[in-house]
Amino acid sequence: MPATDKPRLQVDNLQAWYDESHVLHGMTLNVGDGEIVTLIGRNGAGKTTTMRAIMGVLRKRQGTIRYKDQDIVALAPHKVPRLGIGYVPEERGIFASLNVIENLTLPPVTQPGGMSLNEIFALFPNLQGRNRTIGTRLSGGEQQMLAIARVLRSGADFILLDEPTEGLAPVIVDQIAVSLQILKQRGLTILLVEQNLQFASAIADRHYVVEQGEVVDEVQNHALAANMGKLNAYLGV
Amino acid sequence: MTEFFGVPVVVLLGQVLLGLINGSFYALLSLGLAIIFGMLNVINFSHGAFYMLGGFVTWIIFSHLGIGYWPGLLIAPIVVGLIGALSERLLLRHLYGVDPLYSLLFTFGAAMMLEGLFRYIFGSAGKPYPMPSALSGGYNLGFMFLPVYRVWVIAIALVVCFGTWFAIERTRLGAYLRAGTENPVLVQAFGINVPALLTLTYGFCVGLAGFAGALAAPIYQVGPSMGANLIIIVFAVVVIGGMGSIAGTIVTGLALGIVEGLTKVFFPTASAITVFIMMILVLMIRPNGLFGRER
Repeated sequence: MPATDKPRLQVDNLQAWYDESHVLHGMTLNVGDGEIVTLIGRNGAGKTTTMRAIMGVLRKRQGTIRYKDQDIVALAPHKVPRLGIGYVPEERGIFASLNVIENLTLPPVTQPGGMSLNEIFALFPNLQGRNRTIGTRLSGGEQQMLAIARVLRSGADFILLDEPTEGLAPVIVDQIAVSLQILKQRGLTILLVEQNLQFASAIADRHYVVEQGEVVDEVQNHALAANMGKLNAYLGV
Repeated sequence: MTEFFGVPVVVLLGQVLLGLINGSFYALLSLGLAIIFGMLNVINFSHGAFYMLGGFVTWIIFSHLGIGYWPGLLIAPIVVGLIGALSERLLLRHLYGVDPLYSLLFTFGAAMMLEGLFRYIFGSAGKPYPMPSALSGGYNLGFMFLPVYRVWVIAIALVVCFGTWFAIERTRLGAYLRAGTENPVLVQAFGINVPALLTLTYGFCVGLAGFAGALAAPIYQVGPSMGANLIIIVFAVVVIGGMGSIAGTIVTGLALGIVEGLTKVFFPTASAITVFIMMILVLMIRPNGLFGRER
């Protein structure tokens, strides 16, 4: 079926729980083909939980999650990434018992069109020549690059990117922003969790504001400057 | 005659050899136990019973079907591995979400039932298994007699242990396994079928125990309690070696076999408890084991 005007990802009234505690209270959002959309909001608002619920890592959830018009709530967790959805978790998830090349090639290739190792090393030169280094011996920024590179190699064309700039030096943040621009030009669709508004505005098309487990506002990127006062109030800065 | 601390070297070498044989079995069994614990977080008390099952499969197919040692060495681990995989899939799996004590009790109970079943059917007495003709006899080294079968046991155990180490440390499937030991949820989020990986791991590791059982048939008699006697020492080996390293577990198994053998020479009365004394000492000095990492 050719691409339709239906969004790539459509989340409707998503509820989720950690054990007994109700964390998501009806998240509704969508991401179109080739779009970069961010979830912004304070710590604990439910942004990371939304990502975990979409991936199926968090099992206790209700509501609708449709990817390419297919309901993915009922899928086993290992089947979700096989649809071409890549997950870059907040904690980066670099394995200490695997070296760099093992970390990089861990996710199975799920669909054609993934980046070759040469393309990846061109995008992230820091990773070149580090194949035998233990994954967790890399610097924080390099680990983040490795976490992104890992899903790019798998052929995923929709990426859930959870706070890629957290705790990184400005020069590394710039490098990651540039690489995300390149990914956007390649037509990748990205759902991004980000606290750094400056970083988000450099690459995103739209922003959802999340508060207490639901989307409370939506701002187009071109209208970001005009809405800065409102957004700062949401974020409490 | 050459002596070493008042003990003839021949006697010493003989005990080192015996120790290496025991150590080969310790290594084969503790390897599986350590991998299962790392990956499934299950303390597999059934391991000794699966070893016994491997011995019995070898013995049964020989005495009832006339299938000999060499095919037995292949059939026993496959049968045991399949039974193990099935029991993981149908039973053990349901206990992953709860306290590890439940899976410990389950595997302990399963071992008792399996051993009881075999005692009921075949009796307590050990069944002799003939030495395969290609491996009978020995080499006369001039100063001592070296039975071929013992050399074979040590060699094949080393090959199998090295093969397992290689599969885990150097292959793609092994990388899944190592990553899954660290963070199964994330491995699953990359599209790897972790539940299937767990079944495979359990099946393979108890298959290793079944292989050890087949290997043991010609030197120890096949009997319902052959596993129960061994498994306690093997658990001590795992504790001493620690959980962090496959190679470490193998080395610890072999080394403890030798230490035990040497104790038989110098202080025979203590030989049965050597491994446990070592365990206590190691736990006092390095609580995570000799090669263990903090968990």
